[in-house]
Amino acid sequence: MKDLNATFERFGGVMLLPVILAIIAFVLIGRPATWITLTAAGLAMGMMIFLMASGLSLIFGLMDVLNFSHSAFVTAGAFVGATVLGWLTLWIAGSNPVLNIVGLLMAIAVAAVVGGLIGWFFERVIIKPVYGDHLRQILITVGGLIVAEELILMIWGGAPLPVPRPEVLTGSFIIGEVSIEVYRVFAFGLGALVYLGLYLVLDRTRVGLLIRAGVENREMVEALGFRIDRLFIGVFMAGSALAAMGGAMWAGYQGLITASLGAEMMILVFIVVIIGGLGSIRGSLLGAVLVGLMANYVGFLSPKVALLSNMILMMAILLWRPWGLLPAVKR
Amino acid sequence: MSGMILRLDDVHTDIAQYHILHGVHLDVPEGGVHVILGRNGAGKTTTLRTIMGLWRARKGAVIFKHHDITRMHVSDIARLGVAFVPENMGVFGGLTVAENMRLATRDGSFDTARLDRVQTLFPPLKTFWDKQAHALSGGQKQMLAIARAIIERRELILIDEPTKGLAPAIIRDMIVAFREIAAETTVLLVEQNFRFAGALGQTVAVIDDGRMVHHGQMAELVESQKLQDRYLGLSMAAAE
Ligand SMILES: Nc1ncnc2c1ncn2[C@@H]1O[C@H](COP(=O)(O)OP(=O)(O)OP(=O)(O)O)[C@@H](O)[C@H]1O
Ligand SMILES: [Mg+2]
Repeated sequence: MKDLNATFERFGGVMLLPVILAIIAFVLIGRPATWITLTAAGLAMGMMIFLMASGLSLIFGLMDVLNFSHSAFVTAGAFVGATVLGWLTLWIAGSNPVLNIVGLLMAIAVAAVVGGLIGWFFERVIIKPVYGDHLRQILITVGGLIVAEELILMIWGGAPLPVPRPEVLTGSFIIGEVSIEVYRVFAFGLGALVYLGLYLVLDRTRVGLLIRAGVENREMVEALGFRIDRLFIGVFMAGSALAAMGGAMWAGYQGLITASLGAEMMILVFIVVIIGGLGSIRGSLLGAVLVGLMANYVGFLSPKVALLSNMILMMAILLWRPWGLLPAVKR
Repeated sequence: MSGMILRLDDVHTDIAQYHILHGVHLDVPEGGVHVILGRNGAGKTTTLRTIMGLWRARKGAVIFKHHDITRMHVSDIARLGVAFVPENMGVFGGLTVAENMRLATRDGSFDTARLDRVQTLFPPLKTFWDKQAHALSGGQKQMLAIARAIIERRELILIDEPTKGLAPAIIRDMIVAFREIAAETTVLLVEQNFRFAGALGQTVAVIDDGRMVHHGQMAELVESQKLQDRYLGLSMAAAE
């Protein structure tokens, strides 16, 4: 057992889990082409969930704030993104691939900016008065979520909203028997870019150093002379912007959205944050990839238990590593 | 308050609904090591945390130099030149030794001469400079916590039980280190190890049940068995 553990750690430790999951799925699925399609879908889904989860994880890690309104940012991002795509139909549906992509990036950017602004408002008005009080945080952020969802219903109505997909991102890459949707490749690439950006900021800048230290021990960072609360508003806005960005990406992926989109994703987002380890960006990425793969593999093998499988994954991981796979705080 | 760097005047601190400090008076002269002694649960940590702004005094005043810091934000107190080394050391385990040290500087850069001196004082920090701090031993973490407090010159360093769990050999090194630190700054030291405290302290205050019950020169307390029996009681004798 000890040898097994050492070997496991030597070959990458918990980073091996997605690989192990993929191998098991390969055996169970049996058809390589199907397996590749599902794996690509899982990775793309994982990256979009990562966008939604990373902000939540940092917000909790840094300030101990339980933010149940996070899903409102996801939904808002989805609707704002869909609306902007609608305005830009001429670009999106046209045959010029550059305009296609520019239109999509603009929609995502507007969604992110709106998400950041809503985040700013939420932090100042709703969260700030209840720092350090978990019970009230739950109550007030759930309240905020309900209000936000009603507002979204008021603005966009209850009918499902179709989301136009840019012409270049429709269809699939076909290689032999394997087919991979273009949009999934795009989603994966964008998620990877965001991860890289977050990694560089957290690892290479002074603000990043303060955030990492603050996640471990806020009080000590303040005792060294820094204001975590001033840093936190920035982190909260960035987290909300990322959630909105994830929402916009997800909207494009789904093609048809309703106001419950954020709430539906939230279960998976919470699972990701918990199994990844609170406050850990690398953990969120790992958790999101695991959850995305699991959802797609099980969704194919046995659709009825797809969501259940992720809950079981979470419980298994928590039994094995109670603080998550890559906890930010080293004990 | 001529010659005093810190004064606590009738400080009352509550933690949640509990009244913990019942009117603490304390004068800390500028320069040297000054010690707070007291049995477990007497209120030593609470006193340091109140000075640092980590707990708020409900009543009374904390005066640092010419500033009333009673209601100041922790980070502003730190910026005035007060450093805090908590009982659990407050080392960031996920950060490297270098990153821990860098955070303790105002603008992220080191005065190299000073860094050299700190690393000479605590050689393991040089050896493990790029290692994650959670992998350090308890004694090495304590060195890191103290090194952070002295990497830039501070006016006042608050240190909570730095010898807890350390081997005698390391404690001897710590005495040397503290003498050097106290040559340029003031140290307010909370200690249970009377031999360590006695070797370093100039003045001593004894706290019990949230009140100061004795103030005096450390030399006097070290000499007098009677005072020791009276204020330090059996618990301290047992710790010797
Ligand atoms: N967070 C807290 N909540 C409630 N009571 C507390 C808290 N922290 C400390 N106390 C109480 O305050 C009193 C003083 O505690 P404090 O930590 O200041 O003691 P101390 O002198 O540092 O003891 P030790 O030598 O064990 O470190 C104790 O009775 C303790 O139980
Ligand atoms: Mg204590």
